[in-house]
Amino acid sequence: MYRYDEFDHQFVRDRTNQFRSQADRRLKGELTEEEFRPLRLMNGLYLQLHAYMLRVAIPYGTLSSKQMRQLAFIADKWDKGYGHFTTRQNIQYNWIKLEDTADILDALADVEMHAIQTSGNCIRNVTTDHWAGAAADEIADPRPVGELLRQWSSLHPEFSFLPRKFKIAVTGAPNDRAAVKVHDIGLRLHRNAEGAIGWEVIVGGGLGRTPMIGVTVRNFLPEHELIGYLEAIMRVYNLYGRRDNKYKARIKILVHEIGADKFKSEVEAEYARRPQASTEVEQRELQRIAAYFAAPQLEKLPRWSPGFEEAKLGNPSFSRWTKNNLGPHRADGYTIVNISLKPDGGIPGDATSGQMRLMADLAERYSFDELRVSHAQNIVLPHVKKDDVFAIWKALEAAGLAAANYGHAGDIIACPGLDYCALATARSIPIAQSISRKFADSAKQDEIGKLKINISGCINACGHHHVGHIGILGLDKKGEEYYQITLGGSSAEAASIGTILGPGFAGHEVADAIETILDTYLKLRQPGEEFLAAYRRVGAKPFKEALYAAA
Amino acid sequence: MPLLKNNTLVPETWLHTSADGELPAGDVVVPFARLLKEWEQLSKRPGKLGVSLGNVDRAEALAMFLPKLQLIELPFPAFNDGRAYSIARQLRQMGYRGELRATGNVLPDQLQFMLQVGFDTFDIGERFTLATWQQASKLMSLAYQRGLYRRNDEAEIWTERHTDAEPWLEQPHAG
Repeated sequence: MYRYDEFDHQFVRDRTNQFRSQADRRLKGELTEEEFRPLRLMNGLYLQLHAYMLRVAIPYGTLSSKQMRQLAFIADKWDKGYGHFTTRQNIQYNWIKLEDTADILDALADVEMHAIQTSGNCIRNVTTDHWAGAAADEIADPRPVGELLRQWSSLHPEFSFLPRKFKIAVTGAPNDRAAVKVHDIGLRLHRNAEGAIGWEVIVGGGLGRTPMIGVTVRNFLPEHELIGYLEAIMRVYNLYGRRDNKYKARIKILVHEIGADKFKSEVEAEYARRPQASTEVEQRELQRIAAYFAAPQLEKLPRWSPGFEEAKLGNPSFSRWTKNNLGPHRADGYTIVNISLKPDGGIPGDATSGQMRLMADLAERYSFDELRVSHAQNIVLPHVKKDDVFAIWKALEAAGLAAANYGHAGDIIACPGLDYCALATARSIPIAQSISRKFADSAKQDEIGKLKINISGCINACGHHHVGHIGILGLDKKGEEYYQITLGGSSAEAASIGTILGPGFAGHEVADAIETILDTYLKLRQPGEEFLAAYRRVGAKPFKEALYAAA
Repeated sequence: MPLLKNNTLVPETWLHTSADGELPAGDVVVPFARLLKEWEQLSKRPGKLGVSLGNVDRAEALAMFLPKLQLIELPFPAFNDGRAYSIARQLRQMGYRGELRATGNVLPDQLQFMLQVGFDTFDIGERFTLATWQQASKLMSLAYQRGLYRRNDEAEIWTERHTDAEPWLEQPHAG
């Protein structure tokens, strides 16, 4: 894991002191709310429906046990004893007081964390594959590039007042778990015919009101050119991105309006003008950072773990959980444990301070002191011996963390919705809870298999409904909440935007509608065919007929 | 209008002119459109020449005029309209070494960013005390990015970490 040196420490301390003075001036009335707003936003502090919300950055989703314990401490001391893990691999606290915020930022700085640029029209926290460094299919760990980008984008003087927020995602594996095609910039590592590695640079993807799949502007950029090239992209966006309408201000609109070719030529022209051709410092910095991400000292183990197999035979619940919640590790005898933060009927992504501490303890004992937050709002223990999995499961079960629904119907992504958010038009959490309860029956959920259900409480799409295999969008129709259903979205390597199925449903009808869709799928699927594949084969028609025929 | 330079207040010595009409004697700042229209005449008159560029104008459009210009003004119509940061950086990277002035909605909380991209004078209005501006100029003691304008005691982190590597071609320093 990356560790701060003296410079990183000083940087975060300077920033915290700066915020403390800004918050003081606001509390004394020397700054208007309008002037304070962009300053607090650049430190992750939102004003929500009921209170301030603080969003803390978890760079590329990686946490140490110590950091996770500090997050639990903050939840207890300054919030209501829990936190909410987000779709951008961050954590949010929903009940924060303005006068406590600088102290919280200090507590974060103590464990090498911050809330810089988790909001505002600037470059946000860089996200990546939650299995980075562990996945069997990975070409290289994308986190060194993530850290390089974190540093470069932190308080970038030129790019702190962009037309709109800016999100970058990085993946080092061919199976895209970081959704790089639906980010402002997506970076995908791949090998060319000669076996060398380079980065595909994808620009202008995004969700929100106008969902778009990004376009490739460079197919094979050498790693050491990333900073220079991204500077050129950012400058073109900063200069020419629209500022007249916040709903048309993301880079995807610029790329769409001037066209991918024109956009590309502007970027290339800007890149050609860069004053410094040498990238020696960037290369050395990347090497320095990469050393922190050296693979942990894994033992040489046999692929087969008799203890693990025996425990599965003796315990059907455990066996079922292992089938759904483990991921393929690159080393024999090891596995990736995915802890679902989606208990049946629970709030997606929420964890209590006690659960955070337990997960920290498990990571310390069994996973080289490392945890990950996934963009699907779950927690990952990346390097676990198969021999230890049963002990971990028992501890998780005792803490209400053993939901066996990872990647299944109950593993729902949902934004906070109208229960917390000032922008929402409908509630998301109760819908997620009703669907989760509907499929609490484990046999049914397993029969349905791999499925992504994503729920957003307004058209800003924080719950990524456009790329859910089943997407649910909450809207307001004359004071009544109703929900639109889309099918066929995906944020994986073959990314697609879901298609609206038909008229919306009232909140209490949504779970039944989802059940009808899934029953239809079960009837028409071919052996072994997952929901998304079946939908892509047959299209919307059978689902429409099943849903709307009766009416 | 108070003007901030090198962390102190300095008197305004430039005369601002409108799109047309008689040019006064002395050092004048003209709108970009007038510079294009009357270049012939402007380049020959005695006194220093400055231009005020819009933030939708392109920096490249100034390239041929740069050797003659001693002041370029860039506007911030709102503090959160960040286009002028990029234009400032482009002008400095094109080799412009004259005065670069930020006008419009210039606030203390953005002062250090403006210094870092190469602005050196600031139209600051009457609202904040000089002490507030002075403090605002050094809120951060270091920056990650390379090639920024900065104080001698303001560290550039990546360069500090790799002192033996090739330095930035031209290492600028603020004022």
